[in-house]
Amino acid sequence: MMRVSTDVFVVGAGGAGMYAAISAAREGADVIVADKSLVSRGGATIMAQMTVASAVGHEEPDHWTHHLADTIEAGHGLCNEELSAILCEESVTRIHEMDEWKVGWARVDGRMTQVHAPGHGLKRCVYVDYLNTGPAVARALRGEVVQRPGIRRASGLAVIEIVVQDGEAVGAVAIDVESGETVLVEAGAVVLAAGGLTKLYMRNSASINMGGEAYAMALRAGAELIDMEFVQFFPIGHLAPRMVGMDPIMWDPFRYKVGGRLLNGEFEEFIHNYGASDGGTYTARRDVASYAIYKEVEEGRGSPHGGVWLSFDHIDSEVMKEKFGPMIGRLAKNGIDLQKQAIEVFPIAHYHMGGIRVDKKMRTRIPGLYAAGEAVGGANGATRLSGNAIPEAFVFGERAGKFGAAFAKNRKRASIDEAATKTVLSEPKAQLKKGAEPDGSATALMTELQALMWDKVGLFRTGEKLDQALARIREMQNDDLRNITIPDDEPFNQALLDWYELRAGLLCAESVTMAAINRTESRGAHQREDLPDASPDFERNQTIKMSGGKMVTGWADVPRISYTLEEKQAAVI
Amino acid sequence: MSEELETKLKVYRGAAGEEPRYDEFDVPHEEGASVLDALVWVRENQDSSLAFRYSCVSANACKECMILVDGKVNYACTARLNTGTVTVEPLANKTLVRDLVTDIVPPKERLGSAEDA
Repeated sequence: MMRVSTDVFVVGAGGAGMYAAISAAREGADVIVADKSLVSRGGATIMAQMTVASAVGHEEPDHWTHHLADTIEAGHGLCNEELSAILCEESVTRIHEMDEWKVGWARVDGRMTQVHAPGHGLKRCVYVDYLNTGPAVARALRGEVVQRPGIRRASGLAVIEIVVQDGEAVGAVAIDVESGETVLVEAGAVVLAAGGLTKLYMRNSASINMGGEAYAMALRAGAELIDMEFVQFFPIGHLAPRMVGMDPIMWDPFRYKVGGRLLNGEFEEFIHNYGASDGGTYTARRDVASYAIYKEVEEGRGSPHGGVWLSFDHIDSEVMKEKFGPMIGRLAKNGIDLQKQAIEVFPIAHYHMGGIRVDKKMRTRIPGLYAAGEAVGGANGATRLSGNAIPEAFVFGERAGKFGAAFAKNRKRASIDEAATKTVLSEPKAQLKKGAEPDGSATALMTELQALMWDKVGLFRTGEKLDQALARIREMQNDDLRNITIPDDEPFNQALLDWYELRAGLLCAESVTMAAINRTESRGAHQREDLPDASPDFERNQTIKMSGGKMVTGWADVPRISYTLEEKQAAVI
Repeated sequence: MSEELETKLKVYRGAAGEEPRYDEFDVPHEEGASVLDALVWVRENQDSSLAFRYSCVSANACKECMILVDGKVNYACTARLNTGTVTVEPLANKTLVRDLVTDIVPPKERLGSAEDA
């Protein structure tokens, strides 16, 4: 066993985690930033294609309160407005800071280029060409992390559980993936920045470590989750033809830049039949577009692979080359010529609005435990505006690091008994076996869970389907999970990590499904076919926590801002 | 019918210091599939103990899935899966960890080494 000690321990090294590490180090704290994959490579950030929303006002006059108004409107009454306001206001500072760190925001004549994304009132989203926002952000943040002597990087460290003593978070138990060695981390503060849960859906745009482990760790540590029923489906995820080396959400930037037309199987435009405008533009909000596509397919007007067509054949080839540069060649390698053919798209699980419940300082209700990035719930309410995920990673990461460092500074570091690691890691020990049977793997069960969530807890839900899903999820938790054999191969025992991931995934699936059962209405990304209308009674946040090993749900008033947006604008202008 | 086509995936197995062996898996061949798809299929359906590294799942963003495909350095996520026999091996110029996993972690990012420093 290896024992390490630090002021701030950051779990997850994507955008939020790296920003938290930098910000904690700026406060003078020692930091360890860990990732199950590689620092800066794993997680969702590196997969971001394009838009980063912020009222920097380079393209047209803007103010963060306008961004806030759009965010709150998209949230369908459920935004934690205090968190949303922080996100919108502080993103401006963070975007400029990232600029100083040479992220390379696209510019014309020195001013940042901003595009108009669905749900925004104006051109607000900065980006890095070509479709390179995520890699550029990851590289810039990594550069800052590497330079700061107070930060230790831990790649290939899988964090399994937060250690809680006397009701406070004091560290974590982890496994070094390559060696299989147990690592005990003693920390003054722990920041959970390990992303969301979209991997739990069959069609998803997630990296492999987006299976909800941050949420599960928070639950098991005693923290609360909020709004778990709200999973965002990105409407135009790639469906066909099969491509390699491309992100399934890649059509988003294409639509921002040149529009493109969405057509049903009969090659007719259809979004306007669902109360939104499209007509070659890209302004229909994500939940409306997803609904329209789903319904067209359901009613037999889909494309051959069960989606709809996205066509760019009316756009001049020179324009395409100018706007997308090397992407056109990469598409050609996949046998796709957008001048000659339409591609097929269908919704895909993309982001989770729900998450760990925190206050304005990113504190959970467990002292010493913080959260940042997509792991945080509440700022985006019932559906997230395009472009809000990366600023959320920056802003909440920066705050979690700063406030976590301050907390750690005033606290005596607890010493953790080595026995704690044995308790944490005891559970699957009896299931580990050399030369295990080839069937019944956690990997296969995860695939089953993904199909179950997609079919029964997906884009359109009914009470009946949700009940069926919950029954199977609990059976998997109590039975399948406990009975599979885990191959005992070290080093790099991915199968063991898969078991922990499945345990976490099942806990998250249970949370999402229970919350979806309780919300007997349709709102934003939570659509009940048996209850299609929104009800004012449900303009409340739903909480979930673990108590005595059981999941307990509850309701809470939505935190509102106490000022008018006009007041804030007047104060600045 | 393309569904009936198969690829014989020949996979390097073994940890550092062990006598290496090659395991063969018959993987269904789907038009347009990648080598990564085949490796994931093996872990899911045949042998969950197979070790290989990847993160971003076919977006070619994380660059973690670099291996040798038929002797050439390639990303598993962008290498198309051919029919017939396809051989996958760990990178030759990196230290082997196990199976297809090599040590690509920068030295300063190993917790133990950082602690010693």
